[in-house]
Amino acid sequence: MNTETRELPMTLEPRANYLNDGHSIRSWLLTTDHKRIGLLYMVSITLFFFVGGAAAAMMRLELLRPQGGLVTSALYNKLFTMHGVIMVWFFLIPSIPTVLGNFLVPLMIGARDVAFPRLNLVSWYLFIAGGASALWAIIAGGVDTGWTFYTPYSSTYANGHVLAMAAGIFIAGFGSIATGLNFIVTIHKMRAPGLTWFRLPLFIWTIYTTSLILVLATPVLAITLTLMALERLFGVGIFNPAMGGDPLLFQHLFWFYSHPAVYIMILPSMGVVSELIPCFSRKSIFGYNFIAYATISIGVFGFLVWGHHMFVSSQSVYAGMIFSILSFLVSIPSAIKVFNWTATLYKGSITFQTPMLYAFGFIGLFTIGGLTGLFLAALAVDVHLHDTYFVIAHFHYIMVGGAVMGYLGGLHFWWPKITGRLYCEWLAKLAAVTIFAGFNLTFFPQFILGFMGMPRRYPVYAPEFQVLNVLSTAGASILAIGYLLPLAYLLWSLRYGKPAGANPWKATGLEWKTSSPPPRDNFANAPVVTEEPYNYDAQAAELSLEENSHA
Amino acid sequence: MNNPSSFPFPEQASNLAPGVDWIFYTLTALCGAMTLLVVALITLFCVRYRRGSRASRANANPRSLPWEVGWTLLPLPIFLAIFFWAAKTYFRMSRPPKGAMEINVVAKQWMWKIQHSDGRREINELHIPVGRAVKLVMISQDVIHDFYVPAFRTKQDVLPGRYTTEWFTPTKPGKYHLFCAQYCGLDHAIMGGWIYVMMPADYAQWLAQGQPPDSLAARGERVFYTLGCSGCHAANSKIRAPLLDGIYGKPAPLSDGTIVTVDDQYLRDSILLPNKQIAAGYEPVMPTFQNRISEEDLTAVIAYLKSLGSVERNDP
Ligand code: HEC
Ligand SMILES: [Cu+2]
Ligand SMILES: [Cu+2]
Repeated sequence: MNTETRELPMTLEPRANYLNDGHSIRSWLLTTDHKRIGLLYMVSITLFFFVGGAAAAMMRLELLRPQGGLVTSALYNKLFTMHGVIMVWFFLIPSIPTVLGNFLVPLMIGARDVAFPRLNLVSWYLFIAGGASALWAIIAGGVDTGWTFYTPYSSTYANGHVLAMAAGIFIAGFGSIATGLNFIVTIHKMRAPGLTWFRLPLFIWTIYTTSLILVLATPVLAITLTLMALERLFGVGIFNPAMGGDPLLFQHLFWFYSHPAVYIMILPSMGVVSELIPCFSRKSIFGYNFIAYATISIGVFGFLVWGHHMFVSSQSVYAGMIFSILSFLVSIPSAIKVFNWTATLYKGSITFQTPMLYAFGFIGLFTIGGLTGLFLAALAVDVHLHDTYFVIAHFHYIMVGGAVMGYLGGLHFWWPKITGRLYCEWLAKLAAVTIFAGFNLTFFPQFILGFMGMPRRYPVYAPEFQVLNVLSTAGASILAIGYLLPLAYLLWSLRYGKPAGANPWKATGLEWKTSSPPPRDNFANAPVVTEEPYNYDAQAAELSLEENSHA
Repeated sequence: MNNPSSFPFPEQASNLAPGVDWIFYTLTALCGAMTLLVVALITLFCVRYRRGSRASRANANPRSLPWEVGWTLLPLPIFLAIFFWAAKTYFRMSRPPKGAMEINVVAKQWMWKIQHSDGRREINELHIPVGRAVKLVMISQDVIHDFYVPAFRTKQDVLPGRYTTEWFTPTKPGKYHLFCAQYCGLDHAIMGGWIYVMMPADYAQWLAQGQPPDSLAARGERVFYTLGCSGCHAANSKIRAPLLDGIYGKPAPLSDGTIVTVDDQYLRDSILLPNKQIAAGYEPVMPTFQNRISEEDLTAVIAYLKSLGSVERNDP
């Protein structure tokens, strides 16, 4: 892509950028700069990630022994509820869209900001208000319904602060809707001259699809939680059969939101990987159009498969069959993406910097996560595996192996752009490898546990499941170290990291055409796009390498 | 443990287990091969096309369309085959065979109450003979639970207010885990027990133990009298109410003109929510028995009403 920006010097401080554009607390808390809002989100979701992670750590310790003994059942039930709620709504769903999306969408399309900068700030406050309500519910005594809030347990039988927790999710949901709306309008209306839809980076395609899902699905979640609250507060019989309600109705509504929510979490990661692979193999992406269409069709099909969570709920057998076959079909666009990323490597000029390691990790783990989804889509097999550790392993491969690896890959890729600094490369590689190894040791044994029949949400379990649980806990400790490392070296780089320069990876894409960190208004001169995306050239990269070595 | 399962393969102890496992292992093989293929290709490309390698980079961008079409269409028939196979097995799992031994299960936080049709009751244990199809008719007294027997490879949610069924034919004597698989609150993890699959002789011995209790239907008859059902539903009653003999399994015309088949769920609703479906030609005077009858008594009354099905109807 061609822009008329002058070469920028490699020094940092004196030049005005969005980071030194005001140092007061006020200049951050009332900012309407999409880049600063992205950072506000980054700090908040990182906090939530470690809160949710602490809950997981305690669960894994409890599961070291079959008879437990570290925490009570009551506390364990609160821990997995807290882990689920925090990780899903206060980390995974916001992660890439609100941090990288906020930072990058305007930069990638050559705009000065999002379409509604003040609404963008409102989104963050809604997110924080929701998060505060959820944290309050946890501190005030906790909730033990599980993140799925199944009725009539949640609406009638559960003690604890169910309503405060639900209110937190409800409020944060409006933040999501506003963010989605903002991105949709921004992408439609604010693209630089020459930046046609099929010249957009694939990251933008995934953020666009994710935004559509956020806008269409989140209201259903809000309605569902409201109905649950009505039943709990005023005894309006909606889900509890003792009051004339239907408990399955809740599950239908809940999964109508929560299945698409899985795609909210994974699509943006796919977008990140689609940026990383071309850059580090110096190749244009293989099958750009197909990846873009696959993204949209995952978004659409994702709305039609919610019933695969209900194969043993007493949903009709025929409904089960329809949901099963649609679930098989939705896996095809995902497979297309994996093949395209692999094919992009062909005849590339591949290097193995940290972001690329995460991209490889993503492909491997996402492939396993996606393929094990087929086991659960196959009706008879799901009858056995439903609500066992197999399901836990499957969705952690998607949501941690996939979504979190993508987020970390993206964070490492754009960190120099965001902060203007380089992090310590060898430490970062070490962390990437540690996370990959720890992750597999944690979650692979859980597939076997599930096949052997260990149900989820058990603080105590039959002795024959112990060996695999111990392995899993061992893996979790490695994983924990892996996650703490980036926190340390990324913070360190803020002060001591080498200046990054505008484009340390020699990447294409408009965000790399401006200085790092970018100025308040992103571009000194409004960019004009004249080229296709991912205009990399492996042959040239190889040639320049040879010339350098001969010179 | 009587049956140390051959780790990591769970015991196969029902007629359903081998079918499920076959699909599972086939999927494992297919998906394993697929993962290996992707990993092998990535490794190959990473070695061959690492920066600075001598491999040629000419014609690096082949036309993508044929490839895309290929890998979109290739998985399709495989997926469809797996889908049909699993769906067929699922269909079989959802249709209990005729003549299966019927056992009632009432779930409550946090125990399983089992009622055999001969009136025998168990808690968190189920004794059944090997080789005989068993059909569980299940209901929950409070929240949703799930009756899961990994060795049988089957599970089914147990709902409040709605009967669900689950069936299997145990094929191997032994002692197997019963788990609650649907999170149901505080003691969800210990809401379990054991399934004892017994040789016919051992089962007969088990049956012979202790006083043979009243059959479920006999108990239901007592409840029918103590709760005053007979006051309206007896042939000589002053109040006009339908005779209940022989109605099970037959069509019942309703006051709104529809016709439904009388099954467990219909009987249950008639007793708990009498105004939901009103028998054609009668006044809706029947009181609700919600909160006045326990789930176990309800099962017994339904068993009693079903047993009337075999009695010849007297002249109305
Ligand atoms: C006050 C009289 C009265 C009492 C007591 C009563 N019923 Fe009824 N029942 C009726 C009437 C009248 C109907 C028909 C109208 C209707 O469907 O509600 C009826 C309908 C039924 C039906 C549906 C029959 C059909 O053909 O559709 C069943 C089953 C039933 N009662 C069972 C019971 C049981 C079991 C009890 C005791 C727990 C009981 N009833 C107590 C009056 C009574
Ligand atoms: Cu799903
Ligand atoms: Cu349970």
